[in-house]
Amino acid sequence: MDYSSFLQMTEEFSLLAVMVILLVYDIFAGEKSHRYFQPVALILFAAHTLLTCIPREAFNIAGGMFQYVPMQTYVKTILNIGTLIVLLQAHKFLNDDSNYIKRGEFYFLTLSTLLGMYFMISSGNFLMFFIGLETASIPMATLVAFDKYNKKSAEAGAKYILSAVFASSISLFGISLIYGTTGTLYFNDIATLFTGTPLQLMAFVFFAVGLFFKISLVPFHLWTPDVYEGAQTNITSYLSVISKGAAVFVLFTLLVKVFGNIISDWQPILYGLAVVSITVANVFAIRQQNLKRFLAFSSISQAGYILLAIISGTALGMASLVYFVLVYMFSNLAAFGVLSVIEQKTGKVQMTDYNGLYQTNPKLSFVMMIALFSLAGIPPFAGFFSKFFIFSAAAQQGFYVLVFIALLNTIISLYYYLLVIKAMFLNANENPIEKVTSDFPAKISLVICTIGIMIVGIISTFYNQIAVFSFSM
Amino acid sequence: MQYTLLIILLPLISFIVLGFLDSNLKPKVAGAIGATVLGIITVLSYYTAFEYFTYHQIAGVYEKVIPLHVEWVRFTEFLHIDLGILLDPISVMMLVVITTVSFMVNIYSLAYMEGEKGFQRYYAFLSLFTFSMLGLVIATNIFQMYIFWELVGVSSYLLIGFYYTKPSAVAAAKKAFIVTRFADLGFLVGILFLSFYTKTFDFGVLTSGDASVFASTAGVSFMGISGMSWAMGLIFIGGAGKSAMFPLHIWLPDAMEGPTPVSALIHAATMVVAGVFLVARLFPVYEVYAPEVLHGIAYVGAFTALFAAVIACVQTDIKRVLAFSTISQIGFMMVGLGVSGYGGHEGLGYMASMFHLFTHAMFKALLFLGAGSVIHSIHNNELNHMGGLRKYLPITNITFLIACLAIAGIPPFSGFFSKDEILSACYKFSPYMGATMTFIAGLTAFYMFRLYYGIFWGKEHKHAHTPHESKFAMAFPLVFLAAFTVFAGWIPFGHFVTSDRANYDIHLDYTVAGISVAIAVLSIILATIMYRKESVVPQKLASCFSGLFKAASHRFYIDEIYIFITKRIIFKHVSTPIAWLDRHVIDATMNGLASTTQWTSVKIKDFQSGQVQQYAYVFLLGTLLIAGLVLFF
Repeated sequence: MDYSSFLQMTEEFSLLAVMVILLVYDIFAGEKSHRYFQPVALILFAAHTLLTCIPREAFNIAGGMFQYVPMQTYVKTILNIGTLIVLLQAHKFLNDDSNYIKRGEFYFLTLSTLLGMYFMISSGNFLMFFIGLETASIPMATLVAFDKYNKKSAEAGAKYILSAVFASSISLFGISLIYGTTGTLYFNDIATLFTGTPLQLMAFVFFAVGLFFKISLVPFHLWTPDVYEGAQTNITSYLSVISKGAAVFVLFTLLVKVFGNIISDWQPILYGLAVVSITVANVFAIRQQNLKRFLAFSSISQAGYILLAIISGTALGMASLVYFVLVYMFSNLAAFGVLSVIEQKTGKVQMTDYNGLYQTNPKLSFVMMIALFSLAGIPPFAGFFSKFFIFSAAAQQGFYVLVFIALLNTIISLYYYLLVIKAMFLNANENPIEKVTSDFPAKISLVICTIGIMIVGIISTFYNQIAVFSFSM
Repeated sequence: MQYTLLIILLPLISFIVLGFLDSNLKPKVAGAIGATVLGIITVLSYYTAFEYFTYHQIAGVYEKVIPLHVEWVRFTEFLHIDLGILLDPISVMMLVVITTVSFMVNIYSLAYMEGEKGFQRYYAFLSLFTFSMLGLVIATNIFQMYIFWELVGVSSYLLIGFYYTKPSAVAAAKKAFIVTRFADLGFLVGILFLSFYTKTFDFGVLTSGDASVFASTAGVSFMGISGMSWAMGLIFIGGAGKSAMFPLHIWLPDAMEGPTPVSALIHAATMVVAGVFLVARLFPVYEVYAPEVLHGIAYVGAFTALFAAVIACVQTDIKRVLAFSTISQIGFMMVGLGVSGYGGHEGLGYMASMFHLFTHAMFKALLFLGAGSVIHSIHNNELNHMGGLRKYLPITNITFLIACLAIAGIPPFSGFFSKDEILSACYKFSPYMGATMTFIAGLTAFYMFRLYYGIFWGKEHKHAHTPHESKFAMAFPLVFLAAFTVFAGWIPFGHFVTSDRANYDIHLDYTVAGISVAIAVLSIILATIMYRKESVVPQKLASCFSGLFKAASHRFYIDEIYIFITKRIIFKHVSTPIAWLDRHVIDATMNGLASTTQWTSVKIKDFQSGQVQQYAYVFLLGTLLIAGLVLFF
């Protein structure tokens, strides 16, 4: 066997190299040079992001185990940028006394999950896919429990790993049924052998719920608010954006590439899940007082919207999905960024704490405002365009009622997003959160997000670039 | 000619810089930035004009140059919105007009607006306006034009309402915005209508003369009027709103609440001719596919010209006189387009209209800046507070007189040449039209000299302090524009801008010219008798035609009619029921939705118990439910 073809996995190898360097650095560097660990790590990762952002020709290696198409480069780059933003926001948190010693772990674990997602995205075989999935979730659980002496964090970690294992096992059960009925685990072979016999449908459902769990669709979402609340804010934002972004992309490719034959069976499932997820999440979000829980429910409803792109199963759907993930990343990370800056300084995460924030922290309030506006889909922010494309993808396939329900829900979502904005700008407060100066890396991350929200919608190059490759999924 | 992009971008950058820094900048610096940027782009525009008219002529026909073109948003295979720069004779001419006037106004404002609160904001808005207006004229497609069309509307709104503490200014700004916005609705529907059938927004495709583009409109008609007439008629409504054609003219006189330099720039020279520009831009389409609409434009233009000229004769606020005069002159331009044919001598009206647009922009800006100079020195707009100012304001006096002679159509000033060509085109169209327009030209000469004598001659009025000539920054633009007004008529305009972009030699029709000059001179003599010295003739005339006089000074009650229609009919019989429906049906539904949501929210909160075993249970149940549904349905 010619192993040199493995070298084509440049993205994976590049990331692996970053991880190994950081691991060695973390273990062997002396006290003095350890001070530069975070800057070095950030620069290395930024370099990795830049070096791997150019799409290449599609190829297959390892007999189809690993399948690359140019679109994956965009998705991976989006995940990279998101991760970089999260790392920037976590900078301050990791420099705390209690975490100083664990910084290396944080980076290594985060990048491990990212590597898992890479493999998940590029897999051409269910085994490869499953390994990727697990590589992405097990370090995730340890990250959730990162602050292990904190009860809430430990509890969240336990909940996450239990739920994840449960989901994985059901998924694995589905995969074994797929193997049983088709005799193969390769995506390309299954695509032709999958005819939609009742057993195969069972297999599909069991397999798919594993991914529904990752995306946290109702009713597989119950872990989300608890874990989001318990985990450290930066980890929550990673979980809600990166992990979810990878999973929706994989779901789309699998549905189209592997389960394309039974499109008439999975479309109703997604239809129902989208309606339930958006609606239930909205209903819950209205009552949340803790902003992390609030954003958890908001992210569940956003996941419901993403299903509108997936349900179309078309190239337009693919383009709108990747675009949506990009925009969602900027918006959500901006919101979480503000949250984390304030939480790191003051420990406050309740909605009532944010009353009158504008008086003391106008800039942070402003970033939070446009992030929430973007999440609610208000023009001219990017969120409007991403929702617009998603709705048009679904409408193009005739899902008018679904689009209408989604539109109704955007009104409800606007209500609760505005609650936060109202708290910051209008509600009076005798002693609002004192003036917070965010650290430099967090500032950079917020500036990146703000610019992203402002320009990704208006400058159409982003969408057009994505659309070019969506036709060759 | 990629550098033309700079002409657009520099004012935008200037707007952003000035807008963001705002009061962090010293007023002087802000003014310097604004004026310098305008100076640069004026030079660039002149160079563009030089290069375009020298090097881009192929076999006697100017080509269309598109130095920049990007696809912005693509919706379907056919429908996409592009952004680009289109250079052809009219857009290049407009570049020169806009940058020149804007540059002059920027310089003038340095002195005129000195010490005003919000000086920096004023300059930011001026830059925004210049950017939008330039974007409008170089648009390669109708959608891009529409975007900038709305942007000029916004900047006009901001500038009219610049003195936002003054209720009348705020009301005027709102009025201007709402009326033009209302007209723009017609424009938008027209655009959609047109693009629905032609599958394109692009001016190049629309005006290429390719009949296949319009093939799908054949046989389309609605309420007995052909589809193309609808589309082009609706588009014209947009133009009529911006260009203050009757009955959509009501916003322009009120817009005089804005600072006077703004009136000179936006409400005399540039934005208000956007409608004329729009018709000129789509002229080949009008001419071939909607000739009846084009004729309609001629009649609307003629009526507006007459109507506004009559009102201008009796107004006492000098800026309003100028405003109505502007409406009247834009009417002239519309008539020029409306009576024109395509190509060569047939296209005389088109050429004349563009020529008049060009000369009018200069001398009307001059008139407004002159009026600004007067107002600046005595702090009043009313004619009866003026008189005998020629001693105190010599430069203003001379330049104002030059502009008056130009607008009255006295040779050799620029207005004579352009107006004369319009009149020739009118006579060619129909003798009645020619006669009407000649009469209006006479009225123009009359009311302009009434204004001139009223300000600079007649009995001197007592002033709180002696009026004095303005500073250099204000005098310079006056002199510059006056020089332009004196010489611009000699430009062989037919060599630059014609309907088919081919050369055309202007020749004066001496009969037409003779008649119109004679009438203009007679009107001036009449005005001299009546207004140069104090006399009882005007009073007598007013009481003699008291009905007409009163109606004209109330602007023929058009505003009152609007108020009646909106307040008494629309608000009472349409809006009130809708408001009821809104409150009791739509709001109630929404409130119901909200309370249902709240209720559900309370009811299902136990669902989220925090117990992981229950989560797994729900998870499994959900899986089985889906599996069951998939299997059995």
